[in-house]
Amino acid sequence: MPETKKELLLNPFFQRNPIALLVLGICSALAVTGSMDTALVMSICLTLVVAFSSLIISLIRHQIPNTVRIGMQITVIATLVILVDQILKAFFYDLAKQLSVYVGLIITNCIVMGRAEGFAMSHAPLKSFIDGLGNGLGYAFILMTVSFCRELLGSGTVFGYEVLPLVNNEGWYASNGLMVLPAGAFFLIALIIWALRTIYPDQQEKE
Amino acid sequence: MNKEKTASAFLAVMVLAFVCSVLVTGAAVGLRPRQEANRTLDQKKNILRAAGLYQGKEGTGKGGDVDTLFQQVETKIIRLADGSFVPPEELDPATFHQLRSTLDNTTSRKLSKEEDKAGLGRQEKFSMVYLVNKGGQLDKVILPIRGKGLWSTMYGYVALAADLSTISGITFYEHGETPGLGGDIANPDWQAGWQGKQLYAPDNPEGLEGQPVLEIVKGHGTGPYQVDGVSGATLTMNGVNNLMQFWFGEHGFGPFLQRYKGFLEK
Repeated sequence: MPETKKELLLNPFFQRNPIALLVLGICSALAVTGSMDTALVMSICLTLVVAFSSLIISLIRHQIPNTVRIGMQITVIATLVILVDQILKAFFYDLAKQLSVYVGLIITNCIVMGRAEGFAMSHAPLKSFIDGLGNGLGYAFILMTVSFCRELLGSGTVFGYEVLPLVNNEGWYASNGLMVLPAGAFFLIALIIWALRTIYPDQQEKE
Repeated sequence: MNKEKTASAFLAVMVLAFVCSVLVTGAAVGLRPRQEANRTLDQKKNILRAAGLYQGKEGTGKGGDVDTLFQQVETKIIRLADGSFVPPEELDPATFHQLRSTLDNTTSRKLSKEEDKAGLGRQEKFSMVYLVNKGGQLDKVILPIRGKGLWSTMYGYVALAADLSTISGITFYEHGETPGLGGDIANPDWQAGWQGKQLYAPDNPEGLEGQPVLEIVKGHGTGPYQVDGVSGATLTMNGVNNLMQFWFGEHGFGPFLQRYKGFLEK
């Protein structure tokens, strides 16, 4: 069933979310969701990389020999990630320091590779670009939801601003230590998956 | 031309690799001056933060202009072996690169196993020191420190008050320790626990030349010679202990502190 451009952009949010349905990109979803600003920067970086790598790979898809396609996809993705990393280090040094290795790890994020191999190799450039953008935003949506819960419940802040005053600072809120640890994200992602699969029963795997 | 032939597959890979390498090289070379500038700014910020002159939170950019604040800091180079100041004609603080100097045989030496408590391998013969004067009097001395933690080399600064034994601040600006555990060495709350602690015991017969008595203990530290440890980060804490022992002992800043204290008392 061919999808319209609008569906390509919006479906990855709920119906076909790369994290919730395909369970890809979990590694970085655990690692960078401790605070909202790192999650936001990571989301922007990944969305840019998926969108542009899909676009470029789709543009050159007729030149890519079948035998070496994975290697060529990775080369394009790695180049884009290095560019993003260099630009972050030059213009947003503090953020680059906080994200440290995770920007480099976008290269191995399964979502990027998955969209390149699964969609961009067989679709027109514009469609691939929109598909990449949609999947990047779907990833961003989960990341922001998880990091909002983790930062609020774990540190009592939203984007670094205090919302729930902590007991340590003479407030009333006893912070939830589990949410500070990466393992806390497992529980939140599982809850999101549960919710989505209840709303869209066709996402449930058959026993 | 059939793109599945070996020759054309080769060609496609070569062209792509060439285009990508040009892009990556271009970005790396073109952005390097900005990245270097950022790194220097970050170091200055950490020196100021160790001295308590910069209050801005990480990443917010608030807290004042770093370059203006840094004007109150005087940068000097010392010879570590005897603690004397090196005149700027011999080594210029503006161009001296301390970490790079550890690679050169004339400006560094290999450490023997017994000496090398901080796991450095090689140590420079000259070090930067940063002096802050207030009203013509020495207010603070900021010294660069580094050493092996659990995973990585940790880089930081220690600021001492004018008595050259009281710690007025500590920062770590680069490390690769476990986030949330050993990574807490970069946490301002933990760093605040060092303030007011004493490096050397006054009744130590060897005076400033002796080994520092300050150490990190498990759980809560009591008294002026103990700092709270981070639980779950024992090996990183050992690393910090070792580097403090090294840099404030006889092979580190011990001779400088003793000599400078004599000079200040005169």
